[in-house]
Amino acid sequence: MSPPSPSLFPHFPVFLPPLISNKANKTLGSCLRGCRGLSQLAELPDTHQLLRQTCRDYADRELNPIAARLDKEHSYPAKQIQELGAMGVMAIEVPEELGGAGMDYLAYSLAMEEISRGCASTGVVVSVNNSLYIGPILKFGSEEQKQQWITPFTTGEKVGCFALSEPGNGSDAGAASTTARQDGDEWVLNGTKAWITNSWDASATVVFATTDKKLKHKGISAFLVPMPHPGLSLGKKEDKLGIKASSTANIILEDCRVPLGNMLGPRGAGFKIAMQTLDSGRIGIAAQALGIAQASLDCAADYAHKRTAFGSPIGKLQAIQFKLADMAVAIESARLLTWKASLLRDAKKPFTKEAAMAKLAASEAATFCSHQAIQVLGGMGYVADMPAERHYRDARITEIYEGTSEIQRLVIAGQLLKEYQS
Amino acid sequence: MGSSTSLVPKSVTAAINAHGFGYFGCPHTFGQVGYRLKRTEQYIRVKPDNSSVVTDGVKHSMNPFCEIAVEEAVKLKEKKLIKEVVAVSCGPQQVQETIRTALAMGADRGIHVEVTGKDYETLGPLQVSKIMAALAKKEEAQLVILGKQAIDDDCNQTGQMTAALLDWPQGTFASELSLEGDKIKVVREIDGGLETIKINTPAVVTADLRLNTPRYATLPNIMKAKKKKIANVKPADLGVDITSRLEVLRVDEPPQRQAGMKVETVDDLVGKLKEAGMV
Repeated sequence: MSPPSPSLFPHFPVFLPPLISNKANKTLGSCLRGCRGLSQLAELPDTHQLLRQTCRDYADRELNPIAARLDKEHSYPAKQIQELGAMGVMAIEVPEELGGAGMDYLAYSLAMEEISRGCASTGVVVSVNNSLYIGPILKFGSEEQKQQWITPFTTGEKVGCFALSEPGNGSDAGAASTTARQDGDEWVLNGTKAWITNSWDASATVVFATTDKKLKHKGISAFLVPMPHPGLSLGKKEDKLGIKASSTANIILEDCRVPLGNMLGPRGAGFKIAMQTLDSGRIGIAAQALGIAQASLDCAADYAHKRTAFGSPIGKLQAIQFKLADMAVAIESARLLTWKASLLRDAKKPFTKEAAMAKLAASEAATFCSHQAIQVLGGMGYVADMPAERHYRDARITEIYEGTSEIQRLVIAGQLLKEYQS
Repeated sequence: MGSSTSLVPKSVTAAINAHGFGYFGCPHTFGQVGYRLKRTEQYIRVKPDNSSVVTDGVKHSMNPFCEIAVEEAVKLKEKKLIKEVVAVSCGPQQVQETIRTALAMGADRGIHVEVTGKDYETLGPLQVSKIMAALAKKEEAQLVILGKQAIDDDCNQTGQMTAALLDWPQGTFASELSLEGDKIKVVREIDGGLETIKINTPAVVTADLRLNTPRYATLPNIMKAKKKKIANVKPADLGVDITSRLEVLRVDEPPQRQAGMKVETVDDLVGKLKEAGMV
């Protein structure tokens, strides 16, 4: 894979309002008005600054020191997840009555970035629990389902997972072949799900299965399945390039029976639920990518101060300075996109396009920055003594999961073209 | 007080010493339980004119010992041994951030004693102690908890001076603190080991490293902190004169570490030490 070159970045339409049709202009205008002022992008509210600082302190003191060991040993950070749960980080958007922190998505993005900056694996565990597992239940679940399936998952003691992808389809989510048939007062699920993050550590999953293949994506519904459960088994843990401390495996369903009440949302709404859930999840992954990118920049900039060559610190060399500048711009642009997507979502405005832009920009920033960080560190970047090589490996997945960069481009183009239609 | 039942201090004031490096914050610990918070710098450089250290653009955060003091106060409240925790800090507008952190950790309300500009630059332990003493009397505090020292100036004076000004007993370098009836048992870390004392209330205690492990603020508490009140006062309102009795003549960085030298044998080593006049 050749790394994305810096010349790609000027092409991202960050804050240049294009010459657009009246309809698009109106949409843009109302988006900006609804977004609680762009000033929030320049200066965060006090509460959010405090939240960011708290998460940063936690990441610096508790995650950073153990991240290399977690990566090497592929070990799940159970203690840290519990501590984060106690802080409210495992259920940021969940209302306090259900046991969550009752904060907004901007807070979630900030927390995710800081946690991931300390340890990207811990970050993805937090993200999947918040956005992919709790997210759809919070939005589409009945009060009873929320009590049963959300509240125990706010403390960090239990985490959930999201089972959409299958061995036969990732991007092509509508082609789900996992089936659900009704048998009396139970649903019987059959099929295999692939690449499920948190699978080996989860206590429940949101599974997408079709009740009628002929209806294609309209036949898919969402189901809540506890783990462990008869008829549900796990495949081997994947041996991944990065984010090794989080478990990824297949979930195999063989006549897995759940009560009828375990359907999440209306019948046939599964695809819509998945897509809307992924829209929000994208913001979480964008924030994770930002954390990895920032950690790479931190590593490279620190090294540039200390390493001398040709008589001075290498930070004095223009070649290094240009790299650091490009990294900083990539990160800051992606960060502002991520905050904007969060603010739009918090204001209950459409945010699909912005979330896709954020995830695309941030994940490509993560791979770019981690690549350049290794380059700045030279030989030291290639060995485990420095974290640069781990950031490089952790960054790569952000361009793939929760919607590949190609899918993000399709989503963005789709939204854009709608705006231009008069 | 004066009750024969177990002491339940009305409130604890934690003085949060929040001031930058080389500057003195006002430690306020109020009690009910007041603790004083100090906001200190992370990385420092001396200014070119050797007058003080550079504070512009330098990250400040709560003094680590003050964090421990806040944590202890909040723990006492959680055990229902005290009723209210008041966080106090002296300094410019920025110390409000530090007070908010204390509120997010569980303090009930804050007091920001406004000291700015030149006054802030010359604010030292004596001035802060006077402010603390005045506030402690005003708030009818029963316990004042401070960090044992600030990591910027390492003065280790404010707690002791505050106690003296109030004529209250003091339990400094506390590694353990418990309320027993109307007395406080303090285990102090001293050069020879650990010393356990029992002091009457009202009292001043300063927190040492092993007193506790400060908590991370939880997200719900960060949101709640937004609604908690921070009162604004000026030293003059408390009748305190904060003119400094000290004049800083010069601030220098420590000398660059010189290279050592290697010797072959122990005799060589002793020889060299004798030459340098060290033995």
